[in-house]
Amino acid sequence: MTLLLRMSNNGHAMNKNLTPAELEANTEPLYAAHKKVYPQAVSGRFRRIKWGLMAVCLGIYYLLPFVRWDRGPDAPSQAVLVDFPNSRFYFFFIELWPQEVYYFTGLLILAALALFLMNAIGGRIWCGYLCPQTVWTDLFYAVERLVEGDRRERIKKDDSKLTAGRVAELATKHTIWIFIAWWTGGAWVLYFADAPTLVIDLATFRAPVVAYVWIGILTFTTYALAGFMREQVCVYMCPWPRIQAALTDEWALNVTYRYDRGEPRFSLKKATELRAQGERAGDCVDCGQCVAVCPTGIDIRNGAQLDCIQCGLCIDACDAVMTKVGRPVRLIAYDNEINIERRVAGKPPIFKAVRPRTVLYSTVIAVVGSIMLYVLATRAFLDINVLHDRNPIAVALSDGSVRNAYTVRLLNKRAYSRTLALDVTGLSGAQVQIVGLDSLGMTRPVIVVGRDQTEEIRVLVTVPSRESLDKSTDVAFVVTDLGLGEMAAARDHFILP
Amino acid sequence: MTHHEEHDTVTGTATTGHQWDGIKELNTPLPRWWVYLFYATIIWSVGYWVVYPTWPTISGYTTGWFNYSTRAQVRAELADLEKLRGEKAAVIATASLRNIVQDPTLLAIARARGKPAFGDNCAPCHGSGGAGAKGYPNLNDDDWLWGGTLDDIKQTLDFGVRSGHPKAREGSMVPFGGKDGILKKEEIKTAANFVRSLSGLSVAPGTDLNAGRKLFADNCASCHGDGGTGNKEIGAPNLADKIWLYGSDEASIIEGITNGRGAVMPAWSERLDPVTLKALAVYIYSLSGGK
Repeated sequence: MTLLLRMSNNGHAMNKNLTPAELEANTEPLYAAHKKVYPQAVSGRFRRIKWGLMAVCLGIYYLLPFVRWDRGPDAPSQAVLVDFPNSRFYFFFIELWPQEVYYFTGLLILAALALFLMNAIGGRIWCGYLCPQTVWTDLFYAVERLVEGDRRERIKKDDSKLTAGRVAELATKHTIWIFIAWWTGGAWVLYFADAPTLVIDLATFRAPVVAYVWIGILTFTTYALAGFMREQVCVYMCPWPRIQAALTDEWALNVTYRYDRGEPRFSLKKATELRAQGERAGDCVDCGQCVAVCPTGIDIRNGAQLDCIQCGLCIDACDAVMTKVGRPVRLIAYDNEINIERRVAGKPPIFKAVRPRTVLYSTVIAVVGSIMLYVLATRAFLDINVLHDRNPIAVALSDGSVRNAYTVRLLNKRAYSRTLALDVTGLSGAQVQIVGLDSLGMTRPVIVVGRDQTEEIRVLVTVPSRESLDKSTDVAFVVTDLGLGEMAAARDHFILP
Repeated sequence: MTHHEEHDTVTGTATTGHQWDGIKELNTPLPRWWVYLFYATIIWSVGYWVVYPTWPTISGYTTGWFNYSTRAQVRAELADLEKLRGEKAAVIATASLRNIVQDPTLLAIARARGKPAFGDNCAPCHGSGGAGAKGYPNLNDDDWLWGGTLDDIKQTLDFGVRSGHPKAREGSMVPFGGKDGILKKEEIKTAANFVRSLSGLSVAPGTDLNAGRKLFADNCASCHGDGGTGNKEIGAPNLADKIWLYGSDEASIIEGITNGRGAVMPAWSERLDPVTLKALAVYIYSLSGGK
């Protein structure tokens, strides 16, 4: 009962209809005071899944920068690398140039859709198992538990006076926290430079200042977010719970208290008595274990709520109690309102993963994914950009011929240097000259562009006579790889003075 | 000194006791924190005298502890910039113009350096893109008064045209008209029309082209050549092509013959450093590919 009152004071769980007079008299503060949460240790299937996923997520995050990938002698050998100085992004066999950053837009769309799909099938899977906030907070709680003890001890210790032993304990906890936070920040910067080299540079204080600054920033944010702000990030800062609540439907499986089975609640003794008399008693023995283990400090029996990250730990806690009292497990389970109503009506539960919503999400994921794969597989490794001289736009030469000058940039995205020929189409009898290039004995200018490089050239296009030309003529600059035959073209204009 | 402090009846604020035309002045002193901050800045400024250059002396100034000067800072920053530009940029100083133009990397460096120098120094006359104007040659075409090879361009750039520098390009169009002029007005008109005919332009009705040819041979050909094709040694323009620095209409040509021409370009070696001059020569060459 006190628990329920506390929840209503919190303001999220229950919506009371207040009369204006009651509103007037309501002196509740606008902001809920922070109540520290002391989650209790729990074991069971979902706890094991969470440990496993934590190991996988943290393992990927901390170790990925050290994975090597051979790209030849002059290229970085780090599998995943954001190379800002050279404007390149490497991901295993993929190398992206700055102008291809739009691929990340596709990835973001895919990520959002995957989040929606997860939500439509199993609720806040992301929040409960995969979100960095959850993973790091879980890790920090594990440290706290290891150093200070479980829920009861922590509550008691926080209430008692500081002793030397207690100070030592707190110091130990915060030291470990800061170490984890520092390692988290340290791993982050390794994605932006050659990891083994940077580790040595960092250790010998020869790394760039910006690396230390970023490690400092991320150490602080990790320490603050996972050590202190914890569930408040989910409840007050994160937009996803609000969006999730608007996106969910009645078929989505959420961590649900099966009140059809649980209510009415009695103590174990009373329930046994009632059942012996042939009267109905709910399975919930009101032991409060589901509340004790909750990392956001809520009572799942109040129904679906914004604060619930659906980590499933209350399922583990309740299952343990149900086993002990000899009742069927999964009083709290991944379930939905439809099935509760069906059970009340005596019908078997149904689970519908395939519905218009999930089909739509899957289809869009498949379409976007296919488009991205297609674009990635067929992207050009040769490109050309043309910039027409603005001043002067056109030049009359002494023999009456007309010249336009262009700045042309050739892009070679291959890992080897290439010999490229340049043609200008759309003009008959045009002479194409690259400044600084001896085109002796060549029918068209040819230029070598180094591996993974661009080359800027100045191109002069001269037409012998202005007769038969319009004020502006469409032309195309075509570059051809003489080895592979690969081609790229850019449109521009030839303009008369 | 009054012992009794008078207070304003409306605001309750103390007055200073001063009174003008029956209006009493309220005593609202500066806030204490502000005043202390002000004193602190005065003390702080003493530190400035010691650390930074502060006081002028008869022949200089007090330099301060660290000999700090913004000029030295700029010099250091420029040195850092030079270091940042790297070895390739240093090569510009020693490489030949031809080698710079033929090496794509060096060409890019020289052009990058020449472009802002052109904007700072050349653009006021020749235009931001070197398109020129009446009397200021277009640097994008193939008509070069003093030669369009890399070395020709560099020489014109270094020493200028009629700039007064001992190595300047010399030679100017003589005025043929005026009171005691070599040619009479009618003769100048005839010569002007003959010059127009050299590049196929229309001729004023009634012009005696044979007389014009003779006038040209007697007066103009010594510099501009028999066919009017010009002479780059003395900057005599080609009169038989399609490019006219001062315009191709009869009036402009008559004006040129009557009063002569002699535009000036400064000697840039007196103003710019050798590397910038080299970069500029390469940049100007790259506009048109030279000749």
